Amino acid sequence: MPQTEYLAPTTADQAIAALAAAGAAARVLSGGTDLLVQLRAGRLAPGLIIDLKRIPEAIGVRREGGGFVIGASTPGVMLGEHLALREAWPGVVEAAQLIGSTQVQGRASLAGNLCNASPAADSVPALVAADAVCVIVGPNGRREVPALAIAIGPGKTSLAPGEFVLEIRLPAVGARSADAYLRSIPRTEMDIAVVGVGVSLILDGGGSIARARIALGAVGPTVVLSEDAAAAILGSVLDEAALERLDSAARGACRPISDKRGTAEFRTRIAGVLARRAAKIAYERALLRA
Amino acid sequence: MTKRTHVSAVVNGDAVDFLTDPGVTLLDALRDELGLTGSKEGCGSGDCGACSVIVDGRLVCSCLMLAAEAEGRRIETIEGMAEGGVLHPLQSKFLEHAALQCGFCTPGILVAAKALLAVNPDPTESETRYWLAGNLCRCTGYDKVIRAVMDAAAEMRQAKVTA
Repeated sequence: MPQTEYLAPTTADQAIAALAAAGAAARVLSGGTDLLVQLRAGRLAPGLIIDLKRIPEAIGVRREGGGFVIGASTPGVMLGEHLALREAWPGVVEAAQLIGSTQVQGRASLAGNLCNASPAADSVPALVAADAVCVIVGPNGRREVPALAIAIGPGKTSLAPGEFVLEIRLPAVGARSADAYLRSIPRTEMDIAVVGVGVSLILDGGGSIARARIALGAVGPTVVLSEDAAAAILGSVLDEAALERLDSAARGACRPISDKRGTAEFRTRIAGVLARRAAKIAYERALLRA
Repeated sequence: MTKRTHVSAVVNGDAVDFLTDPGVTLLDALRDELGLTGSKEGCGSGDCGACSVIVDGRLVCSCLMLAAEAEGRRIETIEGMAEGGVLHPLQSKFLEHAALQCGFCTPGILVAAKALLAVNPDPTESETRYWLAGNLCRCTGYDKVIRAVMDAAAEMRQAKVTA
């Protein structure tokens, strides 16, 4: 690969300056599980690769104000190793750890999953359901946006030139609250989601659902946060009637394509089923935290 | 002419220094700069696991990592597995169970299995199969591989007890 330079800045400001100076010729690198494949295929020939992993804020998991700050370039394996994060946000960690093989987990990051902007990205529905906020830095300073706002279409993000995701912030988890993520793939491992569903619930003292966030992946050009699906179970104890309403609302939120991994009809049907199952898991987990 | 990047790392316990072009993968640097040709390139896209190495204790595909990223890192490859000519228990068990035919995927599987047993000395068969799902084999199939890993794990646990 000719005329590529490599830089590993140790502060976000250095990375921002390098990115601004290089312009469109530069690419940021976290885990590289997408970038290096694109380099090899000749789809990209950046003049400069800026490795973000030596920036302290971009790596590791930290507690902050009851919630968590995840360095955006942190590999999946490190999320799994963080017991407190796993305990607080099991759905987010499970979703992140469904990405690729053990080897890929050694590298693949949440920022990469978000910014590669695949409609089928496993971690994104879980992050959206969890109310995750992305800290974006760039030449115009720092801004925070919901995880839902990163991808705007397949392979396209809302990031301006020179910007990158530095951190992903998850809120504190209160009592009677929990999340879950489920996906469907044709194999048992190492495949791309045909449907993914992230659910995050808060229950009231009587076990009724006081707040719900339900995010659907791989059933549209970007992840769908379905208010109808949330409304379908609000105030319920997730009885069969509520699950039936959820199933129907989740199906109604789907705008999938048909491809080799599944037809639009199949994806829509499975979205309803997975919404039910993920909601049940989140509900059971929330009850255990009463 | 591209500026070459100087990299200092520890490979199989030895300090190494080498020069690399910035776009070169760790796999290519291991093979072409350091002469460690045990790590193989199957797919070059992180799907097959033949290039598996351990970096700072974590399993990665060396084809998905730039050599320049290895600065200051501790890297373990298949060449560091046997100690002074004595095979690692996993290597012995692969021979005993005939868990290879052409052998192209074997270095990657051995390194991946070693990483598994480092974090989980007593894995279930199911855990072992999931852990090794990123290592593809086109000839032996997986059953003998799994049996060899389970047997090696048992032997290593026993060795620890009697040590």
